[in-house]
Amino acid sequence: MIPAAFEYKRATSAAEAISLVSQYGSDAKFLAGGHSLLPLMKLRLAQPAMLIDIGRVKDLSYIKDAGSHLAIGALTRHMDVETSKVVHEHAPLLAKAASHVGDSQVRHRGTIGGSIAHADPASDLPATTLALGATYIVQGPKGQREIAASNFYKGFLESDLAADEMLVEIRVPKMQGAGWSFQKFNRRAQDWAIVGVAAWHRKGEAGVALVNMGSTPILATSVANAIAKGASISDAAALASNEADPQSDLNASSDYRKHLASVLVRRALEAASK
Amino acid sequence: MKVSITVNGKKQESDVEPRTLLVHYIRETLGLTGTNVGCDTSSCGACTIHLDGEAVKSCTILAVQADGTSLTTIEGLAKDGVMHPMQTAFMENHGLQCGYCTPGMVMAAIGLLKENPKPTEDEVRMGLEGNLCRCTGYHNIVKSVLAAAGAK
Repeated sequence: MIPAAFEYKRATSAAEAISLVSQYGSDAKFLAGGHSLLPLMKLRLAQPAMLIDIGRVKDLSYIKDAGSHLAIGALTRHMDVETSKVVHEHAPLLAKAASHVGDSQVRHRGTIGGSIAHADPASDLPATTLALGATYIVQGPKGQREIAASNFYKGFLESDLAADEMLVEIRVPKMQGAGWSFQKFNRRAQDWAIVGVAAWHRKGEAGVALVNMGSTPILATSVANAIAKGASISDAAALASNEADPQSDLNASSDYRKHLASVLVRRALEAASK
Repeated sequence: MKVSITVNGKKQESDVEPRTLLVHYIRETLGLTGTNVGCDTSSCGACTIHLDGEAVKSCTILAVQADGTSLTTIEGLAKDGVMHPMQTAFMENHGLQCGYCTPGMVMAAIGLLKENPKPTEDEVRMGLEGNLCRCTGYHNIVKSVLAAAGAK
C-alpha cells in the first residue's frame, strides 16, 4: 500500500512548522513519528496534500521535572517515556501506559504528542493523560495556550487543536502517594485495547479514564465522584460506563464493553488502592 | 527529493518521491530484498530493520524521514562471510520454518538484546510481540534468542 502523492517539507523548529502550516492550511498535516498518520495514508483514509515533517525538531523531545508536574516534549518517543526514571518516579501510570503502545519497534518511532494530537479514543496515552489531569500546551501563530486534557477531545480523531496549531508539551501532575493501575483488555499482544482503563487512587480521591469506550477518551467522573463520597470500589466501578457510549464492532458489542469497563475499573481501583 | 542514507555502512544517494516507503526504497531502489513486506500495516514486523541502531518497521517510515540516518538490514549483519551470532543461533536452534518472518525476527531480536542483554524467556516473548510468525514457530525462535544472549 502506497500513500497518495503529497508535498513534503521538513521543519527544524516549532515556529518554522507553524509558519509552514499557516501557509498550507488544512491540507497540511504534521508528521512526527508517523505511526498513526502513515497507516491512514497508506489506506488512503487520509490524503493530506502537504506533510510537514516535525520529526527533527530536537528541542521538543525532553522529559523535565518541573516541580509540581512533569513537562514532556511532544516529540518524546514512547520508548523514552516508558524507560524514563523521572516518569517512573513521578508518573508511573504514564510509563506503564507508554509500554503498552504497539510494540517496541512502534515505540521507537511513535511520539506522545503524536498519539495525543491524533486523538484516537482507542489509544492508550490520550486516556492516561486524561486520567492524570494533564494539561496540553499548544503553539500557534499567536503564541502558546494551555488546554486541559478534559477539554481537548472533541470527537472521533478530533481535538481542540486549530489547523495552524501544534501540540508542543504535555504537563503531567505528579501524584504523590497515589496508587495506580493500567488495565488493557485485548486479544492479541500489541493490539489496541478492546477496553482499557487508566486509574489512580489516593485516600478518597481517584481519577479514572477509559480507552475505546466512545468517540473520545472518556473521563469516568461518576466513578471518581462516588469514590470521593466514600462509595466502595465495587459500587463505584459499577458506574464505569455512565459517561461512556461505546460502539459495537467485530471485537465486542456495546453491552460487552460496558460490562468489561466495570470489571476493569474495579480491578484497576483495587490494584491502585493496595 | 534527494536523500542520503547510509545503508549497511555504505552511503547511498538517491532521488525518491516523498511517498516512497523506506521498505520499498530498500527493496526496490537498493535491491536489498532480504527485508520483507508482510502485513504492510506495521503489525507483523517482517520489515524490521535498524535505523540509527534501533529496531523499527520500515513499512511505516518514509524514505525521506530516513534522510541522513544510518540503516542496517539483514544483509548488513554478516561480516566477511561470518554470520552474526543471532543468525547462527537461529540456524542452530531451528529458529525458522518457512523463513519469511526470519529477517525481521533476527533484526528485532538483535534490537531486543541491545536493550536487554540477558532477557528471561518471558521478556523475549514480550520483546518480540511486534513480530509475527505464521508458521507459529515461536518456541524455537525464543530458544534461538536465549541462546544468542547466552553466547555473548
